[in-house]
Amino acid sequence: MSEHESKENLTPHENKSQSTPAGVPQDRSRRIFLFKLSVLLNGAVGVVLAVPIVRYLLGPMIQKKSAYHSWITLGSVDEFPERQTRLAEYRNPSTTPWDGQTAKVPCWVRRKQGNQFQVFAINCAHLGCPVRWFAESKLFLCPCHGGAYYEDGSRAAGPPERGLFEYKYRVAGNKLMINAGELPTLATPASAKNANFVPLDKIGSASWQS
Amino acid sequence: MAELKKNSLVRLYDWFEFRLGIGKPSIDAAVHPIPAKSASWWYVFGSAATVLFVLQIVTGILLALVYAPSGEHAWSSLQFINNNVELGWFLRALHGWGSDFMVAIVLIHMVQVFMFGAYKFPRELTWIIGVLLLLLTLGMAFTGQVLRFDQDAYWGLGIGASIMGRVPIIGSALVHFLLGAPIINSATLSRFFTLHVFVIPGILIIGVALHLLMVVRLGINEWPMPGRLVRKSTYEAEYHKIIEKEGIPFVPDGVWNDAIFAAAIILAVMACAFFFGPFGPTGQPDPTIIQTSPKPDPPFLWLFAILSLLPPSLETPVILIAPVVIIAAMLLLPLLAPEGEKHWSRRPIAVLMVSVIAVSFGIFTRLGQTTPWSPVMNAWSSDTIPQKYIHESTPLERQGALVFQNKQCRDCHSIGGEGGRRGPDLDSIATRLTEDQLVRQVLQGGGNMPAYGNALSPAETTALVSFLKTLRGNDLRPAQDASRALTEKNPSEVNRLGEKNRIGRSHFSKKSPQPEKQ
Repeated sequence: MSEHESKENLTPHENKSQSTPAGVPQDRSRRIFLFKLSVLLNGAVGVVLAVPIVRYLLGPMIQKKSAYHSWITLGSVDEFPERQTRLAEYRNPSTTPWDGQTAKVPCWVRRKQGNQFQVFAINCAHLGCPVRWFAESKLFLCPCHGGAYYEDGSRAAGPPERGLFEYKYRVAGNKLMINAGELPTLATPASAKNANFVPLDKIGSASWQS
Repeated sequence: MAELKKNSLVRLYDWFEFRLGIGKPSIDAAVHPIPAKSASWWYVFGSAATVLFVLQIVTGILLALVYAPSGEHAWSSLQFINNNVELGWFLRALHGWGSDFMVAIVLIHMVQVFMFGAYKFPRELTWIIGVLLLLLTLGMAFTGQVLRFDQDAYWGLGIGASIMGRVPIIGSALVHFLLGAPIINSATLSRFFTLHVFVIPGILIIGVALHLLMVVRLGINEWPMPGRLVRKSTYEAEYHKIIEKEGIPFVPDGVWNDAIFAAAIILAVMACAFFFGPFGPTGQPDPTIIQTSPKPDPPFLWLFAILSLLPPSLETPVILIAPVVIIAAMLLLPLLAPEGEKHWSRRPIAVLMVSVIAVSFGIFTRLGQTTPWSPVMNAWSSDTIPQKYIHESTPLERQGALVFQNKQCRDCHSIGGEGGRRGPDLDSIATRLTEDQLVRQVLQGGGNMPAYGNALSPAETTALVSFLKTLRGNDLRPAQDASRALTEKNPSEVNRLGEKNRIGRSHFSKKSPQPEKQ
């Protein structure tokens, strides 16, 4: 009963509110059109604004991958005795002054003999933890989940599905250089795929690794 | 005079209320009726999580006053907060312990809601937003761990990037998006700072507001009764009846449990912070310091363990598919089961699921703490071979014990209870493997053991195996090669005689049949 009453009470009020715009119907359709237009306009402005924002946000993904890598000197060849594996470090080619210690990257250098090297990424192929070299048992062991690799970097045991990531290297004069610049994962390479740029002054003095 | 004062206060309130208009709805929300039985100690976890969230916001803002979010300075600014800022260590400890408590309370809250069937109609969306809040809370825990820019944070980011790298096709793009740079550096830290301080808290605040709004709007879950089923058609009328019959105002009648529990939780956080101090930072984020065993914070130890224990071939599919399935299952739960029994005693599968998941979490977390799968990197140079194992041994066997130690076998195999647990204990290895099998196992590896063919000379192998052959546990029978006996001329006889000679060394057994025949 009370509901019915309230409905009755509402009816004139509703009629009233409807009748106000009904008095000027052309005005209303114009306003609705303008409202839709303003929504459309703002949508368009939003899209235009979104382009630079999204591009800024996705910047690290858009940048050409080869731009990250370059040839870096690890040190003199003599620093690495034959048939031994030594820890070396370099400064990543693309860094900012506020990177601090994180600009440094370590790697394992194995000098087989003469100018034949193998340079391994420090990152375990499983989940990227730093592998350690054990000279006596000739193994790289990972502290996180126990991945193990032989001295040539091939997989020995544990959760990794493949061997250690390897940098491309070359010997220029007396210097050992590697192509590096990216954290190696299963999707990102340690060295650029087409890393065979030779500086003019180094032609003739470089020995190549395929 | 007092009346005048009161009047002026009321007038001040009215002045604001006339303009703001939030007083009445706030009071209405505070005194909204709840079922008397729901004013229970079981219903305190949600409010405790909210209070912890507020604590995290306040302590987080205070830490941001000093913290320097740059790769070069983050670690030292944390040291500065710990050591140089007045009570800085305590604020860091509050924030750190607050985060662990918050993850725990949010999980407990979810289990309670699940066991009490509170996710059912009409509270499906409350649950769904709750699941998102849980994920955001875990997101805060992970990004917060990164802001503690130490070795664990650095290599934890490496683990995150490596997981992203396993995504097919867009893997490399995801790695770059996560790191914000080709390697882990200051750009990465800035991203996680932005997530931890702006993005996730913003979404969390909105999510918590909606969550609470729905709790008030739909009413707190009634106390479940076995046999009282939820039906979409009748539930609201039934709930209304309960409220009419035994409804009490949330404030003040129903809120005191929440208030006391929240105070206890905050006190517990303060006590942990005071007695156990802040988390780290551990070693500085210098990737060239590789003498480190990175480990995630407690909320992620179970994940750390699973990543180690999965078979390699299953790892990528599980990492990429399992989270999607689990999150989808959690989100869809109330939509798939919006009606029916709420009481846990009539939902055996729910009880079983919670028990199994809780026990699994516990076990994996414990394994994540002890990491039995990791080699003990310094066991070979720090753990000694028990004296009894070399007490009466020959020079060759002692040489073998040295090889055992020097070749770092100890890092993965324990002897006398010391050493790694990656491989089996070797105290009784000679009762399981014959000499030939030992040689093969050492040189060729297999069964998750690397091959040592290139790392051992023949002399070292002989010495090592002769030492291993002495490891027969509590003087047990050595393993015997059955096939060798069968290839002899008279198998049954040799076999019988071989039994007698087991105490002796296996390579003498060939000679023994001859003299014993007579």
